[in-house]
Amino acid sequence: MKKSQNITCKTTAHKVIRIITGKVIPPVIAVALFVGLWQYLSGSDLMPSFMMPSPAKVLKAFADDWNILLEHAATTLKEAFTGLFIGIALSFVISIIMDACRPVYNALYPVLIVTQTIPSIAIAPLLTLWLGYGTTPKIVLIVITTFFPIAVGLLDGFKAADPDALRLLKSMGAGPVKRFIHIKLPYSLGYFFSGLKISVAYAVVGAVISEWLGGTSGLGVFMTRVRKSFAYDRMFSVIIFISGVSLLLMLAVIILKWLIMPWERRSKSVTGTK
Amino acid sequence: MALLKTENISVSFDGTKIIDNINIELNKGELVSLLGVSGSGKSTLFNVISGLLTPDDGRIIFKGEDITGKSGRLSYMLQKDLLLPYKTVIDNVALPLTVRGMRRREARKRVQPYFEEFGLEGTQRKYPNQLSGGMRQRAALLRTYMFSDEVALLDEPFSALDTITKGNMHTWYLGIMEQIRLSTLFITHDIDEAILLSDRIYILGGRPGHITDEIIISPSDVRHSDLLLSENFLDYKKKIIAAIGDTG
Repeated sequence: MKKSQNITCKTTAHKVIRIITGKVIPPVIAVALFVGLWQYLSGSDLMPSFMMPSPAKVLKAFADDWNILLEHAATTLKEAFTGLFIGIALSFVISIIMDACRPVYNALYPVLIVTQTIPSIAIAPLLTLWLGYGTTPKIVLIVITTFFPIAVGLLDGFKAADPDALRLLKSMGAGPVKRFIHIKLPYSLGYFFSGLKISVAYAVVGAVISEWLGGTSGLGVFMTRVRKSFAYDRMFSVIIFISGVSLLLMLAVIILKWLIMPWERRSKSVTGTK
Repeated sequence: MALLKTENISVSFDGTKIIDNINIELNKGELVSLLGVSGSGKSTLFNVISGLLTPDDGRIIFKGEDITGKSGRLSYMLQKDLLLPYKTVIDNVALPLTVRGMRRREARKRVQPYFEEFGLEGTQRKYPNQLSGGMRQRAALLRTYMFSDEVALLDEPFSALDTITKGNMHTWYLGIMEQIRLSTLFITHDIDEAILLSDRIYILGGRPGHITDEIIISPSDVRHSDLLLSENFLDYKKKIIAAIGDTG
């Protein structure tokens, strides 16, 4: 027993070392090289320093603006979450209808694909024109951008449900609603989370883009202001802040998935037949 | 009166007759096998009896009631265990009860006592992917039993297992059947399995598939793994091979 524990300890230690050397060190080196090159270029005469602020200056701007960034982030996140939740709800409703009714599926699927080829940055001004400078056009834009990845994920997930399992439930006397709850919904969860991971990032980007076009607060508004005042060091810090927020949200989705889908994280250790 | 009976069942697909005029009976407490080579229409007949497929002709009578084309009356189990990967073993087993509207807690309580009987104690909170093939089939059989303790339809339930596990499962199965006395219609292409487990064997053969022979396994041939090595067993086997051979 003791021996086997030792072996497991050793293998976990080996695994950790392998992960660090294989997956952690390479990107760290890449980022360090990139930052080093950036620092070198901004200090050289190749570019004026106000156009290409050094990493150190950006870091300082980041620290100085921290409170302002948080304030603006609150607005942006509120829009992003409102849009995201509406997007999720809408994608559930529409994908369930599409799954239940073949003609609706055939009619809407191509439309869904086509709407995705329209760049959000192109429709944002139109939405502002139609809906004003308030939060409505911003939320609408986020709903449009977040809806698609989730809806497509759900539709694929419903299709991935094992037809034999559906038949088994039918044989147990389960109607369409129970078959959906017991089979289709859980089968689509993994797909849902893959879609959601993309959608949370889209939601933040969508909010920022719509804020460029007008508004009183938000990271996009702040970005426009610092750009207009040629404070590029502050602009860089906003960009870094935005991608940081997106990454955190994606991490939150991964944690949520881990919590909601416990069967995915269990080890595959097998109990014997005897 | 037979517990379950098929009357003149015929099924065609695209004008080709798959099975023709099938009349079989299952009495209470009996284990009856339907033995046939691949393509003889075993699974088609299975789908008809389970109510997933409506036959072109004929009726399915269960306890005197016509259940042709009605699913939800008989439980079935396939070679594929169909345990849902996202439910724990106990929730998988309790699924027939929750589908009928029972609260999950009550359903769990109801199935709990059977875990020991089925040799599944300790697996309740595990997920199916943590179980071996044999254990998964046991859980699937328990789920089938939870659905209906009257009749079970088993479609090649052990055919995906390796020979040794399959042998263990047969021994286990005969043991559990002595306790629960589940009337079973067993579909298989494995002659040894059919002789070992059945009271009676219907041979399905020909094109379209029809019942070509019925073989009764004498109750004096005590069913245990030794039977496989006995003289009687070989006699049955010869008889069956001859019957299948006739159908060409």
